[in-house]
Amino acid sequence: MKQNKTGENTEGLRVGVFICDCGSNIAGHLDCAEVTKYAANLPGVVFTKENLYTCSEAGISEIQNAIRENNLNRVVVASCSPRTHHPLFASSCAQAGMNPYLFEMVNIRDQCSWVHMGQRDIATAKAKDLVRMGVAKSTALEPQKDIESSIIRKILVIGGGIAGLSAAEALAGMGLEVLLVEKEERCGGLMLGLNVLETGKSAAGQVSELAATVAATAGVTVFTASRVAEISGYIGNFKVAIETPTGRVEDTVGCIVVACGAVPLVEEGLFGYNGKDVITQMELEQRLATGSFKAARVVMIQCAGARNATREYCSRICCATAVKNAMIIKRKYPLAEVHVLYRDMQMYGDEKEQMLWDARGMGIKFHVFDQKKPPRVGDGKVTFQHAVLDETKEFKVDLTVLSTPLVARPESSQVAALMRVPCDKNGFFLEAHAKLRPLDFAADGIFVCGSARYPVTSVEARTQGLGVASRIGAILFKEKLVKSGIVAEIDQETCVGCMGCLNVCPYEAIIFNRETGVCEVKEILCKGCGNCASTCPSHSAVLRGYKPEQLLAQIRAI
Amino acid sequence: MLDVGRHPNIELMAYSEVEQVEGSAGCFKVRVRRKARYVDEDKCTGCGACREKCPTDVLDMYNEGHSTRKAIYSWFAQGIPSTHTIDPDHCRVLQGKKCGVCQKRCEAGAIDFEQKDKIVDLDIGAIIVATGYTVFDPGKIPEYRYRDLPNVVTAVEFERFLSASGPTHGHIDRPSDILARREIADLEKEESRLQKTLARYEEKAGATSQSVFETFAAETATPEQQQWMEKYREYLPLTEKLAALRSKAEGFATAKRLAFIQCVGSRDLRFYPFCSGFCCMHSIKEAIIAHEHENATTSVIFGMDIRAVGKGFDEYKVRGGNKSNITYRRSRVAEIVNGPNDNPVLVYEDTQQQKVVREDFDLVILATACAPNEGMKDMAAILGIELNRFGFFKTRPENPLDTTREGIFVCGCAHSPMDIPESVAQASSAASRAVQTVTVTPAKLLKIS
Repeated sequence: MKQNKTGENTEGLRVGVFICDCGSNIAGHLDCAEVTKYAANLPGVVFTKENLYTCSEAGISEIQNAIRENNLNRVVVASCSPRTHHPLFASSCAQAGMNPYLFEMVNIRDQCSWVHMGQRDIATAKAKDLVRMGVAKSTALEPQKDIESSIIRKILVIGGGIAGLSAAEALAGMGLEVLLVEKEERCGGLMLGLNVLETGKSAAGQVSELAATVAATAGVTVFTASRVAEISGYIGNFKVAIETPTGRVEDTVGCIVVACGAVPLVEEGLFGYNGKDVITQMELEQRLATGSFKAARVVMIQCAGARNATREYCSRICCATAVKNAMIIKRKYPLAEVHVLYRDMQMYGDEKEQMLWDARGMGIKFHVFDQKKPPRVGDGKVTFQHAVLDETKEFKVDLTVLSTPLVARPESSQVAALMRVPCDKNGFFLEAHAKLRPLDFAADGIFVCGSARYPVTSVEARTQGLGVASRIGAILFKEKLVKSGIVAEIDQETCVGCMGCLNVCPYEAIIFNRETGVCEVKEILCKGCGNCASTCPSHSAVLRGYKPEQLLAQIRAI
Repeated sequence: MLDVGRHPNIELMAYSEVEQVEGSAGCFKVRVRRKARYVDEDKCTGCGACREKCPTDVLDMYNEGHSTRKAIYSWFAQGIPSTHTIDPDHCRVLQGKKCGVCQKRCEAGAIDFEQKDKIVDLDIGAIIVATGYTVFDPGKIPEYRYRDLPNVVTAVEFERFLSASGPTHGHIDRPSDILARREIADLEKEESRLQKTLARYEEKAGATSQSVFETFAAETATPEQQQWMEKYREYLPLTEKLAALRSKAEGFATAKRLAFIQCVGSRDLRFYPFCSGFCCMHSIKEAIIAHEHENATTSVIFGMDIRAVGKGFDEYKVRGGNKSNITYRRSRVAEIVNGPNDNPVLVYEDTQQQKVVREDFDLVILATACAPNEGMKDMAAILGIELNRFGFFKTRPENPLDTTREGIFVCGCAHSPMDIPESVAQASSAASRAVQTVTVTPAKLLKIS
């Protein structure tokens, strides 16, 4: 009986080893022919081949022919980075009828030939070590199956503002079913309370039109005056319960969109706020809409309650809102005096900056103040220190308008708790990656858009709402969810239920079964990070493909 | 990028251009010119053996011209596809000269000097335009003397300096010093060439050049002595120049006092009235990275407003001020002039003192505008869509991804200046609009019938 170095049975193992020259990237710096010859004598190896480029079409068909002709049940490719090429080789093996999880890759380029250039002997010896370790690991590998899960082609959208409505519209437009939950009596969100948009069109009109279209679209069910009470399950199969005025509705959805928006800050006493002659921009919008606006001298104060120690963030939209409203006032009452006191005018992009040029042209005055010496409001005047001129200035004022930031809704922490998704320190929902995954949560199948994530304009909210629709389409248009079989498993016999693994799992993929008193892995949520395996004190948690015996086989071969 | 390159549903046509679009939403006919790479994409594995032996150096525009690449190249190391390309303007073979070294070196047999452009006709349901933007050329602003002052660079150039794989390996060497070092290297080559020549004369005559030079009289000298002394006369000033340059180079240090000038070409009625949106953040980022790399670095950011508008951006700005030696100065720099030691001197008004100030820096970085691409007008004509008043593709606020032609969508900086998270979110939205266009729903079927 053949035995390998660790004394394990190697009978029945038929390993094929392919050594790649990578042109001259590998062969230029180490002796590939010698490594190939060496590999042929390793335990279990029945076939070896050196290729100019294993990843080329010719190289791939050589692997596939070798599997068929030599009945290989393990393939080891020693070449470049598994990050780029593992999927190609593994899937090629699968095409030739071998279980792809029995493929093992060894990198003899990035950390071998490239770093030992000019030291041919050392590089060759290291390549031999690496190949020997790879072959040893391959002999301990087990066949695995991809993990599959069914998909419900239905989406829960939480929040019926412009973001949620846009998401629902796009999802329905892709032929998917949508449940839209809005806590108010009617959809529309913050836009219902606005006057007009920069375009001069009615904000409430535009969003109501969209709400009507969405409500009339086949496949969309709108629940107003309702709230989501419960969410459980995982991507593809979330169980949700919605409390509606007519009773509780239960359903199953494949994905969830969080679009519950934000609210403008209203703070008594802030710059003398009283709701009468010191008001917020939102209140100004309403006065303009209803025609109850009355003032000849208006001062707007930017960053009121934002960009300070309590609320460090810039609320993004208030500068454009202030300029828009200042222009509306000035257009209607050309003799009115309008001053905007600001720290930085956040008129980013093309149209907004143009608005600022136009506003200046209309005679609206802009003055910079220093955060350390904020304006004082009272006795019918506003006094402040001009930061550019370093002079004290004073304006008589009929109406002071505070540009307060949007703040997270008080309920958003409850919504977050339903799905166990994180919020940032300002209470806004925290996306998976600030730059590259702005609309995703780290948890699979849950997405965020609009001001629930961070304050946005109505155009940006609509853009993001449409954006989550394609993120979801990419999941739900598949027949079923298929993911790698490299996931954790917990031995039900030896687990003592200490829940150490549960605490270190970043993906909520481990649950504690109260009936059996042990932990279990939700395979569909597991990403194979191995945190649980390295934490488990009783070695009950292991990661498939990286089990202790598999890693030890590799390590012992050094 | 790797994920896109490997996705089974994505066919990547790099180094290609759209030439013609006919038809309508759902059934466009698109003609694409696949430009000749002179490298067979199916055979090339991107190993780079060809590149190593190519004898022709070309300015590397990926590094903003601060290093060189070869005539056969890939735009940058992680580029997808990794297929190399021959630059026909510089390749010796394609310029009718003798070479072909790459062909001999390529073990995959991928080099094909006979390759021609290929025209491909595609049936397409929806089109997404994501052609990005171009960096404004600061040479158009005479008062900043970008072309004359070596130590005035653009933010993109500085980005390459900060990169570990960039032309300075992440150290902030000053371009004037790099130029001087390059000159020293060139002079040293010339020096050693002359030294060899002189050594031959000296060996033959058994005397030093210096001694012959001292007693040299043109009337009595042999022709050989004449030639010798001619060389020596060339050699003497060269050594002096070299010595002077070397002693100057001893004082070279990396740039530690940085100035960032915002709104170069943007918020400027002479060029682009709009705000480029992302430059305040990249200046802050570059200043923070420079400080991380070298803790003695101080930066001053000159701007009208610091527009840190994005999630966590204002916090980042404040942190830069508190922890990374950044000073934010509200000012529009009037002029940059040259100062001693190649230090650019900024002339600006201290508004609070109401005085004009001159302040010198080691290096000045210009935050250049996000300008519409030059090819945008042609692209608009080919696609049959309109541009807006700023030169970007026109959309409406109600449908922010839809261009003026049904079935064609736009995202990213081709739409308007925007940062990375916004571009990513918009790309998803454009994808969503495109899918809606090609999805058959009962409502659409009803409309058709």
